[in-house]
Amino acid sequence: MSHHIVEVKNLQHIYSDGTAALKDVSFIITHGESVGIIGANGAGKSTLLQHLNGSLEPTGGSIHIGHTPLSKGTLPDIRRTVGMVFQDPDDQLFMPTVFDDVAFGPLNLGYSPADVEQRVSEVLELVSAGHLRDKPPYHLSGGEKKRVAIATVLSMSPDILVMDEPTNGLDPFARRQLMALMRDFEHTRIFTSHDLDMVMELCDRVIVLHEGEVRADGPAEDIFSNDKLLAECRLEKPLSMQGCPVCGGGPARAPKPRSPHHHHHPHS
Amino acid sequence: MASINKAVLDLKRLDLLANNDSGIHRLDARAKVLVTCVFILCVVSYDRYELAALFPFFIFPAVLIALADLPPLFIAKKIALLCPFVLVVGIFNPLFDREVLVNLGPLAISGGWISFASILVRSILTVGAAFILVGVTGFTAVCQALERLGMPQVFAVQLLFLYRYIFVLSEEGSRASRARELRSCGKKGLGIRSFSSLIGHLLLRTWQRAERIHMAMLARGFTGRFHAYRQSSFGKKELLFVLGWSTLFILLRFNNASQLLGTVVTGIFS
Ligand SMILES: Nc1ncnc2c1ncn2[C@@H]1O[C@H](COP(=O)(O)OP(=O)(O)OP(=O)(O)O)[C@@H](O)[C@H]1O
Ligand SMILES: [Mg+2]
Repeated sequence: MSHHIVEVKNLQHIYSDGTAALKDVSFIITHGESVGIIGANGAGKSTLLQHLNGSLEPTGGSIHIGHTPLSKGTLPDIRRTVGMVFQDPDDQLFMPTVFDDVAFGPLNLGYSPADVEQRVSEVLELVSAGHLRDKPPYHLSGGEKKRVAIATVLSMSPDILVMDEPTNGLDPFARRQLMALMRDFEHTRIFTSHDLDMVMELCDRVIVLHEGEVRADGPAEDIFSNDKLLAECRLEKPLSMQGCPVCGGGPARAPKPRSPHHHHHPHS
Repeated sequence: MASINKAVLDLKRLDLLANNDSGIHRLDARAKVLVTCVFILCVVSYDRYELAALFPFFIFPAVLIALADLPPLFIAKKIALLCPFVLVVGIFNPLFDREVLVNLGPLAISGGWISFASILVRSILTVGAAFILVGVTGFTAVCQALERLGMPQVFAVQLLFLYRYIFVLSEEGSRASRARELRSCGKKGLGIRSFSSLIGHLLLRTWQRAERIHMAMLARGFTGRFHAYRQSSFGKKELLFVLGWSTLFILLRFNNASQLLGTVVTGIFS
């Protein structure tokens, strides 16, 4: 699995109660891409992501990770390749202490205790949660839980990072930190988010899901400048592309304001 | 529901105690499991009317609590939680078994009361020993030790999941009951109907959450085997620990220590 291509073909998922969460989803993500998956609540984003490491079984269609079809036999290998951060960190933390929780994955991969120790300390520092290592996970704040959940996945050095709303509930500093971390991650990144500014900053490519179907798939700039598409999918432009709320001037990203302002706020 | 949640959180605290560092904590988990098993077997195997012979066994929990620096009051409270169940099990003995066994002056004590007291003492001893075992070893390590001692892996993993799901259930329970309390606007409950639907939801939610946690475990390379971070081997210390305590328990079991002490003392003075 040298090329970490993610190929999803005609994926369908119908939940046991009859909800058709994914109707027909196809895309190919090549190695090293950073892809944002956006869409309204209930569009099927979480459902889609949970297929990528075999947590959910497709009702129809197929998934290939690095040319290996996802099936019962290949599951252990695929789960080693695809690191997955779930939407709700409470689902991800289950050991008595933060340290044990982060060590769980590396121990399963058969690392030696010394390596585990080092690895755990490293990733906890990465998400600046080093001071939490001996605390029980259920005594953490929401954002701290999220950070530890991200550490548990990073500790396994996955080749493909899949995250469901990673910055949800993080404070601005932690959000920045996580974004830097994701920018430095050199392998494939796939994540969902309602934080469209983050998507704009981190992603070359955006896939828009709407009612279980891919409505659009293309470069972030194109998608976010298509007002009609955004409105139809209950989305809006990232703040960085919207006009200045004070003066109604052009987008903050465009460096030149149309006319000199009479008020004082820097446009960077 | 809140109090259940608190009790369960306390259970987690017991697990956290296992992260302390002491001579007892550092012993291989198998040694501690073996000794605890011998202890429980010896205590349980007594005749139902035996009472006096049980008391010397308190030396084991006492010594472990002291050596491992566990909070004795906390352990005592945990054991006390269990007393209502023991009462239910044992309370009929005095009613059915009225044959007088012991006469303390004018006071005649029936066999029922003695067997009731015996059940109580035995429960305290065995449950206490189990709590202490978890407190000095950690539940994961206990299951792992059981597996390494020959228990089939399936059972060990089942046991672990059972333990985890107690927490999941209690967490879901406390969340649901808090939501219900907040929306009942201070009125005392909304009748049995909302309560029964709450229980139904609770089971469903617990089941779903347990499933999601299982998925998260699988996603992190879980293959049905729990790895303990603290590696240890069965060395001389462990052997000494097992042999020492087991000999003591077996000696106590087959000689009534109080009687033994009595004969020794009378032997000296005669
Ligand atoms: N376990 C389930 N059983 C039945 N239906 C479900 C289940 N999980 C999700 N759904 C339904 O599937 C659809 C897609 O849900 P999904 O969680 O994928 O949405 P999402 O895009 O992640 O939304 P959000 O932005 O709110 O996280 C929703 O209509 C939801 O009601
Ligand atoms: Mg979601």
